[in-house]
Amino acid sequence: MAAVPMEHGLVLAAVLFGLGLTGVLARRNIIFVLLSLEIMLNAAALAFVVAGAHWGQADGQVMFFFILAMAAAEVAVGLALVVQIYYRFNTLDVDTLSHMRG
Amino acid sequence: MTVIFYLAAAIAVIATAMVITRTNAVHALLYMIVSLLSLALIFFTLGAPFVAALEVIIYAGAIVVLFVFVIMMLNLGAEATAREQQWLQPQAWRGPAILCAILFVEFLVLLVVEPGQAGAPAAVGVKRVGAALYGPYVLGVELAAMLLLAGLVGAFHLGRRVPSDGEEGES
Repeated sequence: MAAVPMEHGLVLAAVLFGLGLTGVLARRNIIFVLLSLEIMLNAAALAFVVAGAHWGQADGQVMFFFILAMAAAEVAVGLALVVQIYYRFNTLDVDTLSHMRG
Repeated sequence: MTVIFYLAAAIAVIATAMVITRTNAVHALLYMIVSLLSLALIFFTLGAPFVAALEVIIYAGAIVVLFVFVIMMLNLGAEATAREQQWLQPQAWRGPAILCAILFVEFLVLLVVEPGQAGAPAAVGVKRVGAALYGPYVLGVELAAMLLLAGLVGAFHLGRRVPSDGEEGES
């Protein structure tokens, strides 16, 4: 972390987070929405690691570990829900699914 | 060191932008892998080799494979055969291959040309991260284990194939 200033790493994390947020808002296929959620989680983890490297503390990497575990659990449950939604409704379109009265 | 960081950052942004603009889910996943690999390289240049390894193993190795499994499960039929032929055309993998080649060159530069600088000098080593994980954060590690167990049970329960008759009432 001697050469790269912390702000540039944080800007990269912000750009990646913004791209993921754009994906969540713009895409209508539920698989792409989940993929964009992964991008956003990854960008948040990047911000933690950048800050941890800047101050020379291990806490940033520990937080990355927790975010990783959370993302793995989230994507497993989310994809199981996607499979179930596809079996029941035969579509992955979020706008169509918003009409279900459940 | 600095050049490698900015190049990898540019690749990460380009690949992520390609992920959210693809219409084909498998192409998006290819770009997603490139994005994760470039982030791993960024973590490496930041002096966090443990995190870089985890990024490749768990994100690019496990989570993307889950996505591939689900896409394979959902795309059955004649459409899949057409996609299989489309798969062999170079335009499907040319972009990810070029970005991956740039990343590989950067990786070689890090390992071969500047072996002493692999990992910043003031890097937070694996030993310190492990000591922190099993020292003050041990409760969090146990909670993460329980979260993963809950995710496993939940995915197993939700992923069952429900019989199409008699189950509609609960949906």
